[in-house]
Amino acid sequence: MKHWISPIALACGLALAAGAAQAQDKVRIGFVTDMSSLYSDVEGKGGALAIQMAIDDFGGKVLGMPIELLTADHQNKADIAASKAREWIDTQNLTMLFGGTTSSTGLAMAKVAQEKKRVFMVNGAGTSALTNEQCSPYTVHYAYDTVALAKGTGGAVVDQGGKSWFFLTADYAFGTALEADTSKVVKEKGGTVVGSVKHPLNTSDFSSFLVQAQNSKAQILGLANAGGDTINAIKAAKEFGVTKTMKLAGLLVFVSDIHSLGLKNTEGLLLTTSWDWNLDDRTRAFGKKYFDKTKRMPTDLQAADYSATMTYLKAVEAAKSIDADKVMAQLKSMKIDDFYAKGTIRADGRFVHDMYLMQVKSPAESKQAWDYYKVVAKLPGEQVFTTKAESKCALWK
Amino acid sequence: MSVSLPALLSQLLLGLVNGSFYAMLSLGLAVIFGLLNVINFAHGALFMMGAVLTWMAMNYFEVNYWVMLVVAPVIVGLFGVLIERLLLRWIYKLDHLYGLLLTLGLTLLIEGLFRSVYGVSGLAYDTPDALSGAFNLGFMILPKYRAWVVVASLVVCVATWFLIEKTRIGAYLRAGTENPRLVEAFGVNVPLMITLTYGFGVALAAFAGVLAAPVIQVSPLMGQNLIIVVFAVVVIGGMGSIMGAILTGLGLGVVEGLTKVFYPEASSTVVFVIMVIVLLIRPAGLFGKEK
Repeated sequence: MKHWISPIALACGLALAAGAAQAQDKVRIGFVTDMSSLYSDVEGKGGALAIQMAIDDFGGKVLGMPIELLTADHQNKADIAASKAREWIDTQNLTMLFGGTTSSTGLAMAKVAQEKKRVFMVNGAGTSALTNEQCSPYTVHYAYDTVALAKGTGGAVVDQGGKSWFFLTADYAFGTALEADTSKVVKEKGGTVVGSVKHPLNTSDFSSFLVQAQNSKAQILGLANAGGDTINAIKAAKEFGVTKTMKLAGLLVFVSDIHSLGLKNTEGLLLTTSWDWNLDDRTRAFGKKYFDKTKRMPTDLQAADYSATMTYLKAVEAAKSIDADKVMAQLKSMKIDDFYAKGTIRADGRFVHDMYLMQVKSPAESKQAWDYYKVVAKLPGEQVFTTKAESKCALWK
Repeated sequence: MSVSLPALLSQLLLGLVNGSFYAMLSLGLAVIFGLLNVINFAHGALFMMGAVLTWMAMNYFEVNYWVMLVVAPVIVGLFGVLIERLLLRWIYKLDHLYGLLLTLGLTLLIEGLFRSVYGVSGLAYDTPDALSGAFNLGFMILPKYRAWVVVASLVVCVATWFLIEKTRIGAYLRAGTENPRLVEAFGVNVPLMITLTYGFGVALAAFAGVLAAPVIQVSPLMGQNLIIVVFAVVVIGGMGSIMGAILTGLGLGVVEGLTKVFYPEASSTVVFVIMVIVLLIRPAGLFGKEK
C-alpha cells in the first residue's frame, strides 16, 4: 500500500515547497518521522504535538523571530527522509532538523545535516552509530540508544541468571545494532548467544520465527525490534507457549506498546527506558498536560521531543544566533535539567543522562490507567551509554 | 543451514495457517473480479473492519467471538452492498484502473478513520476460551486456535467453490460473467446479483478478519500488511479462478513458511519473486485461462 502512496505524497510535498520563501524571517524546525506506520504511536503525531507544546511554552518566538514547525512522514524510508530534509534546508531555510523514529532514516538525515551544516537532533532512532562510527559535529542524540538498551536490559537479565540468548531481530540498521550491542554485553558477562533470526520490518505473523526460537532451547528470547513488531511478537510468544519455556527480554519497549498489549500479556517484562510519566511530580505534571490534549500518556520519546526542543531554543537564545556551529557549541557547553532528564551533551553528540531499568507491573499492582512500570534500577548515564574507551568517534578523542 | 524434519513439519503447518488467510482473501477478490471486473483494493480495509468490529463488539457490548463470526461478515457485507450501489455501479463501463483507484481511495478513508481513533499499535483481542491452549504434537506446540483457523477457512473456501461451481445460483453467476445481457433476457436480475456478489466477497474478507483478530494485533494497518501479498496470490493463481485462488493461497503460505526457515530475510519478498516468474512463464496465472 505504502508503495502506492509515496510517489504521490512526495509530489504533493514538492509542489508545496516550491512556493516557499527563502529569507530568514522565521526559525524553522523540521520534524521527519513515521506518522502513519508501525512506529507512529511511539512518536509520530504525538511527537509533533510535544514539539509544538514546547514552542508554545517558549513563547512562540526566539531572537525576535517566530518559530515554525514543519512535519513530514518518512514512511520508514531513508531516501524519503533524506530528500525531505534536503528540500526543507534548500527551499525553506530550515534552522534545525529534528529526526524521528527508524534508525535508517536517522543515519540518512544526519549525513544531510552534516553536509548542509544544520543542527540535527534525534530521539526516535536508536542506533548507537549516530554518535559512534557515524558521529557528526551537528548531531545531538537525545533520548536513548541501542548501547544503553543493551547494557540496561541485557545486563540486568544476565545478572538475573538469563545466560543463553536467542534474538528475534528486525532486519535493518536498528535491529542489527541492537542485537550486536546486546550480544556484546551478554558475552562480556559470561553468557552465550545460541542463535538469532532476522525478520522483515513490519511483520504481522511471528509464529514461524517463534517456533525457531523455541527449538533453540535458549533461556532468553531477546526482542531486538520495536513498536508494532514487538507487540505482535509478544502476542504470538504467549499464544505459542514460548513464554512458558523462555523469558522474554524486550530490548526496546514503549509505554504505548504495554498499553496496547495490556498488563496481562506483559506482566514481569524487563525493559530499559529513558523516562516515564510516573516518576515524580514534574514528570506527572507533564504527563497530565499532554494527556489532556491527546487522551494518551506520552511515551519517553514524546517527552524527549518536548525537552529537546526547549533545550535547542534555550541554546539559540544563549548563543544569540541560529548559526549551527554557534548553537552546537552552546548545546555542548550547557547543563540540561528539566522534567525529562538531567545531564550534558558530550563531544560526540550524545546527551548523557540516567536511564531506568523498569519492570512491567502486574494488573494488581497497577493503581490507575497508564500506571505500568516499577523502577528496578536507575542506570547512571556515564556507565550506560558508550564509554570513551568504547567510542570510535573521532570528535571525542 | 541444516533443518531437522520436525522443524520443517512445524513450519509447513504454520505456513498452512497463513495460507488459509491468503486463500480466503484471494477467494473474495477472485469472486469479485470474476463478476464485477473490479480489482477490489478495499479488500484489506474491509478485512480490518471485520477484526475491529469484533473487538468493538467485545469491548463496548460484550458480544462474544462466536456471534461476531456471523455478525461481522453480515455488517461488512451490507457495507459492501452500499459501496457497490452508491459508488462502484458508476464505473463498470470504465477501465479496470478506475475501480482500482476508487477502492484505493476507500481504503485510505477507512484506514485513516480507524487510525485516527485507535492509533496503530492496535488493540488486543483474547482468544476465545474454548480455543485457548495448545495441542502438543510432539514436534511442535500448535495453538488450538491456529488449527481452528485452518479448518474454518477450508470449510468456507470449499463451500464457496461448491456454491459457484456446482449450484444453480452459481451457474447464473458464471453465466452472468460471460454474457450479462443474455442472462438478463432470461429474467435474471443481474444488477442485484452483482450487488450481492460484491457483498458476499467482502463478507469473506470480514470473516477472515474475525478469524485473524485473536492471532494478530487488531490494528488499522493489519489489512495493509496482507493485501499486497494477497494481490500477488491472485495474480499467481490467475484472476477470476476460484479454485486457483484457494490452492495458490494455501501453497504460497507454505512457501513463505519455508522461506522463514531457510532465509527469513526474504520472507516478505518470496511471494513477489514467484509472481514475477509465473508472469514470465504463464502470463494468465497458474490456473487462469488466456482470453
